This record gives sequence, structure tokens and C-alpha cells, in this order.
Amino acid sequence: MGLFTSSLIKKYWMAATGLFLVSFLVVHAGINAMIFFNDGGETFNEWGHFMGTNLIVRTMEIGLFLGLILHIVDGLMLYFQNRKARPIKYAYNKPSASSTWYSRSMALLGTLILIFLVIHLKDFWLKTRVTGLTVMPSHVKIDGVMHENLFAEMLLVFKNPMAVVIYLLGCFSLFWHLFHGFRSAFQSLGLNHRKYASTIELAGSVFSIVISILFASMPVAMYLGWVK
Amino acid sequence: MSNGNMNLTLKVWRQSNSTAAGKMENYQLGGVSPDMSFLEMIDMLNEQIIRKGEDAIAFDHDCREGICGMCSMFINGEAHGPNRGVTTCQLHMRSFKDGDTIYIEPWRAEGFPVVKDLMVDRAAFDRIIQSGGFVSVNTSGRTMDANAIPIPKDDADKAFDAATCIGCGACVATCPNSSAMLFVSAKVSQFALLPQGHPERKERVLNMVKQMDEEGFGNCSNIGACEVQCPKSISIENIARMNREYLSASVKPEN
Repeated sequence: MGLFTSSLIKKYWMAATGLFLVSFLVVHAGINAMIFFNDGGETFNEWGHFMGTNLIVRTMEIGLFLGLILHIVDGLMLYFQNRKARPIKYAYNKPSASSTWYSRSMALLGTLILIFLVIHLKDFWLKTRVTGLTVMPSHVKIDGVMHENLFAEMLLVFKNPMAVVIYLLGCFSLFWHLFHGFRSAFQSLGLNHRKYASTIELAGSVFSIVISILFASMPVAMYLGWVK
Repeated sequence: MSNGNMNLTLKVWRQSNSTAAGKMENYQLGGVSPDMSFLEMIDMLNEQIIRKGEDAIAFDHDCREGICGMCSMFINGEAHGPNRGVTTCQLHMRSFKDGDTIYIEPWRAEGFPVVKDLMVDRAAFDRIIQSGGFVSVNTSGRTMDANAIPIPKDDADKAFDAATCIGCGACVATCPNSSAMLFVSAKVSQFALLPQGHPERKERVLNMVKQMDEEGFGNCSNIGACEVQCPKSISIENIARMNREYLSASVKPEN
């Protein structure tokens, strides 16, 4: 019984890393929502500074990347094994009769999210960690301490309508991925019971909607000048 | 059609043996009564084929009462056809209409190789059962009466629901991943829920899942198509139970 060979253990990994990534989304969306204070990014930049410099957060960032890689590799293994499990396709198949399109499209949705992530990391993570911000001036002084002006960088990125469209597509993919993934994780970990199933489904639906709309509202609000 | 009989176009998978290449063949069939079962319609088609001196369509069937699990056709893109909670033998031609085109294909899965035409080899399920889908009972003559052990009604009902699985393989056929987890989980559940199944509980789930993986079935991604198309409407709650059983057996393999 290997940690990656058993079909069920692969499911546990998928569920555990998925829920871990969900916890990251909560923190990420929560901190980013600070832009809605509309205080010229002061609160947001302070939080960004904390996340970028705090040792515990930086250590957890490594765990986040490991969790993400595990989720991707495990997902790809599942995808290719599942394709191999049906070498000859049906001449006529009607999957819509018994399942939802998004539950069948997790690999596709995940790939779209991954493409989005590459763009997203290039837009912000790479700049804050490696190359430095492109916006001028790149730093602002808050309470006597120099902070990277991530808020201004966001405003700059979201001036471009193409970037806004890409981010909205990313949120769209994320929504459907979460919509199936959230409840699916509980089922994989064996947590499915008549008593709780409807609560888990409701929580999953509400979470997917709130997170996706919250993220999507950020580029939109900046592009339309509601947040400046 | 004054008598209500139907003319149908049938597209059927024909494959002469397990190694031959197969293809979809077209057949025209007239005078089909809406009161016929789907298998009777296939019988009628076969009579027509035999009269022409051609090879009849091979298909699995046995009781024709919906309880044996032998019939196994993928009809118009769905396992056991468009109706819910029934096997192919309990599907009737009144579910179709005159002039319909009906696609009839065998179960498609790496674990279910085609033997001939619409017949597939489901011995993989037998091997999964042999790996743990049983309880070892002492038959020395002092066997305890099973009814002497009190069992909570709720557990007995759930075990019975799981045990209604007839092993037809519709779950595999309809699953986009060709996963056999609904079948295996039903078998794991029916024993895990009852005291008689407890002594072998952990090795059972470990062995059955191992055998399932070796047979080349896919991985469950909680799509849920299996429970919709299962002729016995077995719930994916059983898959969740198997996931729990397997998790606890993996963490602590001894009883």
C-alpha cells in the first residue's frame, strides 16, 4: 500500500490538499479585501508587508507551494489513469443524464486555474519576491516604515482591460472547481451522512460564490475606479 | 402504425471475439410492440438476423426479472437505458417511440474486456469478491444462528440496501472514470455494518481495494453518475463509508 499507488489514498491527498488550498483562499481573499477600505491602499499595504516579512507566514508559503504541487501532480495522475481505464469510448454517450458538467471537468477547470496562477504569480508574487515592483514609486512610508506599494501595483495591472478579463476568467474557473471540489473533499474523506450532507453542500455553494465574487470584484472595482 | 407497433433503427456494437476489431452496425427492425421488454426486442432482432443466415448478436441475460445482474447494455448513452432503478431486462419498448434510433453498446472499461458483441467479461468483479467480499463462517456444526445476534434496525437496513447490489457493472459503465467504487463500496458496506463482518473488516477493505486497483478500474472523483444509473439505486454514501473504512484500516491495520 503506497502513499500514491492506492486509488483511495490518492483521493485522500486530493481532498486534504484541496481543503488546505481552500484555507489559503480564505486568508488571501480576506487580506485583499482590505483594498475596499478605499484608504489609498494603506491598510492593504500594511497587511502585504506583514505577509511578506513575517517568518511564520514565509515558512507557511513553502507549505502552500508543496500543497499546490501535490494537488496538481495527484490530479494529473488521476486524470491520466482514469483515461486509461476506458481505452475504447462509447459511440454515443449521454453523461449529462446522470452528472453535472463541472464535476466531470475538474481537470480542465484545474488546468485553467493553473494557467491563471502562472499569470497571477508573474503579475504580483514574482515582483514582490524577486524582480521588484514595476510601479513608481515602488515604496511608500507607513508609520515611519517603508512598505512595498503593492496597492499601486494592483491599480497599474488592473488598468489593462485584458488583465481584468483574464482575472475574471480565473475566478469563473475557480468558482466551478470549488463548487464540486468543496463537497467532493468531504465525500473523499468519508464525511457523507444524510444528517450533514445538505449542510456541507450549502457551505460549499456559499463558499464558492462568496470567494469567487470577492476575488472578481477586486480587478473590476479598480478598473472602474471605485477603489483608487 | 395502427396497432401501435414501432419501426426502429438499431445501431449495435458487433465484435466477433475479444481480439477482433469491432464496429457499430445498423439494423432496421419493424413491428416492435411497445409491450416488449428491451431484451425481447433484441431476441426479435436476432431471429431476423438468424433467418438471414448471419451471426446472432451475443448479449448477457439470465433471469430477465431484474435481480440477477447479468444484462448489461449501454443504451442511448446510458447504462441500462433511459429509465431509473431498472436493469435492461426491465426496460420496455414503451419507453421508446416509432422511428427512434437506438444505440446499443457493451460496457466500456479496461476492467471489462469485450468477449463478443455486447457481452463483456466481468470476472474482475468475481476476483474482487474473492479477495474479501465474504465472511468466514465456522461450519463445524456448532454454527451460531445469525438471527441470535441483535443488530440495530438502522444498521440492518443500510446493510440490506448495500447488499441489493447485483454486481451488474452499470456503475463502472456509466462512470466517466470507469471506476468500480460503487460496487466495491456496497460489498464493503454490507459486511462492515454487520457484526458478522467485523472480524475481517480491515483486511477485507484493504484487499478489496487493492484488487479493484489491480483490475484497472479508474479512480472515483465523486461525480455521482453511478448512483443515478445504478439499477438498485445504491447510494454513494457507501463510497464514503468505504473511504472511512479504508482510512482507518490503513492507519491501524490490526483489528
